[in-house]
Order: sequence, then structure tokens, then C-alpha cells
Amino acid sequence: MVTENQFEPINQEVEDLKDLYPVEYRIEPPARFSLGLEELWHYRELFYFFTWRDIKVKYKQAALGFLWAILQPLALVVVFTLVFGKGLNVETDGIPYPVFAYSGLLFWNIFASGLQSSANSMVTNANIIRKIYFPRLIIPMSAILVSVFDFVMALVVYSGLLLYYHQSVNLARIILLLPFSLILTVIATFGLGTLLAALNVKYRDFQYTIPFLIQFLMFINPVVYSTSIFRSETAQYVIALNPMAGAINLSRAAFLSSSIRWDLVSISVGSAILLFMVGIYVFRKTEAYFADLA
Amino acid sequence: MKPIIEVRNLSKKYRVGERDRYLALRDVLSNPFRAVSKRVKQQWEDAEFWALKDITFDIYPGESIGIIGRNGAGKSTLLKILSKITPPTKGWITCRGRVASLLEVGTGFHPELTGRENIFLNGSILGLRKWEIEDQFDAIVDFSGVEYFLDTPLKRYSSGMQLRLAFAVAAHLEPEILVIDEVLAVGDAEFQKRCMGKMDEVSKSGRTVLFVSHNTGALRNLCAKSILLENGKIVSQDNTSIVIDKYLQNNLAKEALYESKITKSSDLFFKKITICDENGNRKGIFLHDEPIYISFNIGFNVSQEKHDYNIFLLVLSSDKSKVFAAESGVIRKENMIIRIEREFLVRGRYTIKAFIHKPQVVQIDIVDDVCTFEVVDNGSKLNVHGDYDYGKVFGKYTWL
Repeated sequence: MVTENQFEPINQEVEDLKDLYPVEYRIEPPARFSLGLEELWHYRELFYFFTWRDIKVKYKQAALGFLWAILQPLALVVVFTLVFGKGLNVETDGIPYPVFAYSGLLFWNIFASGLQSSANSMVTNANIIRKIYFPRLIIPMSAILVSVFDFVMALVVYSGLLLYYHQSVNLARIILLLPFSLILTVIATFGLGTLLAALNVKYRDFQYTIPFLIQFLMFINPVVYSTSIFRSETAQYVIALNPMAGAINLSRAAFLSSSIRWDLVSISVGSAILLFMVGIYVFRKTEAYFADLA
Repeated sequence: MKPIIEVRNLSKKYRVGERDRYLALRDVLSNPFRAVSKRVKQQWEDAEFWALKDITFDIYPGESIGIIGRNGAGKSTLLKILSKITPPTKGWITCRGRVASLLEVGTGFHPELTGRENIFLNGSILGLRKWEIEDQFDAIVDFSGVEYFLDTPLKRYSSGMQLRLAFAVAAHLEPEILVIDEVLAVGDAEFQKRCMGKMDEVSKSGRTVLFVSHNTGALRNLCAKSILLENGKIVSQDNTSIVIDKYLQNNLAKEALYESKITKSSDLFFKKITICDENGNRKGIFLHDEPIYISFNIGFNVSQEKHDYNIFLLVLSSDKSKVFAAESGVIRKENMIIRIEREFLVRGRYTIKAFIHKPQVVQIDIVDDVCTFEVVDNGSKLNVHGDYDYGKVFGKYTWL
């Protein structure tokens, strides 16, 4: 049995840290829209724990474990190389096809798996949502962080691939552009992910449309081809509306030193931010009722 | 001193059928016009259901308050609002302290993770900081008694071990306000005793505890004051023993009566049947160690002396199966009373079936499934097994 004095020192520390917690707060019918950033900060450790849980669980029973994070995109690249590279001879601006396709897949995978898991995250965690309170945004956010973890693993393989094909890289470009591209991807994924997560709570139909949506999106994104195949200027602007096209092009610019059209990039950034705001707005607006609906 | 929890005019409205709403997109897509008009119509027709209506109360620091009420009285809704899981429709609550709510033990436990990992996961979901968990880790493990299995995935644990681990984490929360929902209704006797001990310790350590339970025994032990909810409203707010009495009495008294609405033409008939206490007061809830009286008021169309009818009584359990039968002697008076001895029926809801008959010859009046009454366990030896179904009656036996 635990005795009283075992608690004593901890009690002391809780007293000291009391001002970390809101000492007085109100529970009211939801009124104004707010981001709730302060609250997210209080619960910041939960990001870590949820992400950590999902990563652990994802690879726990697999004999190859984390290797799958590397093998999955690698296998896909092999398929793409055979079909699009060798078979269809897709134009890649003179870059070896595997190097080209993998640079797209790196970011596409964050989007695809991040979207899939964040959109379903509220439903898969319904049992927790119904029983305990914490800022709900943490759930879809950490779902995306899992994909970012996979991305980091895949990045290691990509460096190997670059070496193998003797692809010369500009390190400064990578250091500058890669984080930019990553942030763009995460913002876009998060926007669409939270939007779909909120809708999915109410309409389970989305659960079935998401895999289809992702497959469809893959082909309108320049994963297997290069946007330079579209000659018309208008087409370039339309493509740039898709933030993932922007992110993928940026990553190619980082690794493969292709040129950057900053006007197109800023369109992508703009639409990513718009998507992000719409997603968060819808999510925050409906969040309060998740426990009643889930 | 300011109250630690102030609840003012708190109301929560649900629309009946709201839980099924997520199917609506199919309707919207297949027939947009009909779906929209149907939906509008539905919104008009949907019955509004107030799970809570105008709840107002204060809780002061260090108090232990019990919340009691039948299923659907609004207890769980109140706890959910207090723990911010669902927002109120009207009214507000002011909390002056960190609330930890245990609406369930082991929220967020993942079967694939080890015991050690689950302690951290569960702890942080419950609002503990990582360093708080690390500091208390040994105490938690010690309390749970699963130290040998710490690095085994949770799915290999027995359900009892999972429960012990879950409660151990929860017991080491150090919030100012602790909200607990019937988590004690599970687990073996030894575990329940441990939980009760821990809860007692928590409430004595000066923290504020809100405890929802059906277990009147536990409420009596833990909470000095209680609130009785009925249909979303506060009916009584007083010392626990007074509130419990009210809860027990209020509840079923209305249903504990059968009255014949017409005068029947048969030789004898049941005019009125009442479930009551020894003084003849109608009563719907009995403690398991109280005797139960059933009083039959008989109407006669023949002379009281010149017939050979008797009463055959069957007590039915909630699944309508017969618990036992009792046959009276020949009816020679207007009021026939039977006493069911104390400590015979176990907790549960009962009704009766009865007929007046000439054995093996004829039944002349029959009532079936009337006079509901409930037996509440006031702390029998079997009660420690929680919700486990331990039969219909307390057996008469001796272990040799």
C-alpha cells in the first residue's frame, strides 16, 4: 500500500507549479471561435505521447519493425520506375527516374498517410474522446506527426539513392528548401486532415471516400511526372493552387536543383494556409460536440 | 470561502435520435430535396430531451459530494459537462482548481503497449506531466502489484491486472477536484476494498471529491453530503443518509400498487394489492435485510365463510421468471398479508403474479406482472461482487 508521506514531496511541487494551470475557469456553452493555443501549450506533452503511441503500435508486431517505413516507399519507387520510367518513358528533365519519383513520394507519403490517419483519428480515438477532455486538435496533429516520422526514415534512404546515382546536390539549397517544403506539406495535410476528421465524426461516409480521394489526388499531383510536361502558362497556375504540387516541386528544386518559380510557390503557400484555416475553423466549431456524436 | 465548484442554471439538451445523424449524408446525396425537407421536418418533430434542467449548486473545498439517481436521471451528463467532455446548452460552471475525472478506468490503454508504456500514456491522457509520472512511477507500480509484467504487452494481462494497473494510475492523480463515476462497480472484492480505502484517503486528504454511484453503501461511507437527481433536476440536496432514504422511497412507491378498476362478478376477486412495510405503508424499495409485506385486499361476491378458494402468489424477477411460489390457506378475511422474510430476495426488480383459485379445479381471478418493487443490497456478503449476477435469492446453506 502507498503511504501518505510518499505523496508529500510531489504535493509540494504541484503547489509550486500551480500557476501553470488555470486556477479558475468557466464551463459554458460554446460561444466565440478561438484557436485555444494556450490550452494546446498546456497539453503539449500529449502530442508526444500520442505520436509515440501510434509509431510504437504501428511497427510493434512487425518483424521488420521500423524498416517498413523505408521499405514501403522503396517498393513503390521500384514499381513506378518500371511502369512510368521504363515502360512509359515519362519526361523527368533528365534526372534518373527513381531519384525523380522518390523525391515526389517523400512528400506525397506524408500527405497521403497523414491525411488518411488524421481524417480517421477522431473515430479511432472515440473511446478516449467520450471519456476524457483535452484539446481535440492534438489527435489529428499527432496522426500527422507519425507520417513525418516515416518521412525522416525515408529521407535516409533517399540520401543513399542520391549517392548511388551520383546525383550532385547543393547542400545549401537542401537546408533552405527542404524544411520549407516540409512545412508546406504539413500545413496542407493538417488543413485537409482536420476538415475531414471533423466531417467524418458526423458523416461516416468520409471513411470510405478518403482512400479513393487519396488515390485520385496522387495522379493530379506531380509524383510520377513533372509539371514541366504542361506547356501552357495557365496550367502552371492552376497546378500551383494545389499546395502538394508546390511542395513536391520545391523538394525537387532542393534535391535536383531544378529552377524555382516563386510566383507559383506563393500561390501554393496561399492555398495551403487557406486550407489550414478552413480546416481548423470547421474543426474548432464542431469539436465541442464530438463526444455527443462520436 | 469561495466554493471550489459553482454550478448555475446548468442545462443540457439532446435531440432524441441525434446519435444516428451521421447517416444523413447518404440521404442528402441520394435525394437532396427530400432529405433537406425531411430534415427540417424532423427538426420540428424531434423531441427535445433535457438531460439536465436548471441545476444549481455549490461545492466547497474539501467536501465529498455524492450524486445519486436512477439511470437516465442526468448523473453522467452532469459529470461529462464538469469534465468538459460535452458543453452545456445553458448555464455555467466555475471551477477553481484542476479537475481530474475518472469516468472510466484505463482510458486510452492500448493492448499492444507494455504496462510501463501504458502507465505513461494513460497518465498523460489523465493530465499528468511526464515528470509527475516519473516521480510516482514506483508508487503506481507498487499499488498495482504488476511489477513482474511491466514489460509485457497489456493484451497478455488478465482483465483484473489491467484494472488494477488502471486504477493505480488514476489513484495517483493529484488534482484539486476529483470526479469519479462508478468505477468501483468492477473488480474483485479485494480490489474494491483497496479502491474504497484509496478513495477514503483521497477525500480525507482535503481534496474535493464528486462521486456518482448506485452503491448506497459506498456513498454512505465516502460522502457526507449528496445530491439526488431525478429527470435532470435536483430533487434533494442534504446529508447523504437523508438523500439515500429519499432516493429509495421516492422511486418506486407509485408502482407498488395494483387496484382493480371494476367490480368483478367472480365469487372472489383482488380489489387491491399493495407492496408495503410492516405498518402497511406503501413502499417500492426495500433493503435486502428488510422484510417485504404484500397485502391483498379481497372483494367478495359470496359469503366469506362458504367457499374454499385460496391465493396462489408467484414472485417474478425482472426477466419474468418465477422466483418462488406461496399459497395461502382458504381466504377467510378481507385483508390477506404475506411477509417475505428479510435476507431472502437478492437485489433486483420484482413483480408479482397472483390468482385466486380452488386448487386443481378453477382459477377465478388472476393478475400478472403487477406491483413492481425493488430490493437494494445494503451491503450483503455477495455485494462485493459488484454487478455480477449471483442469482435470485440468498441461499440457506452452511459450509461444512
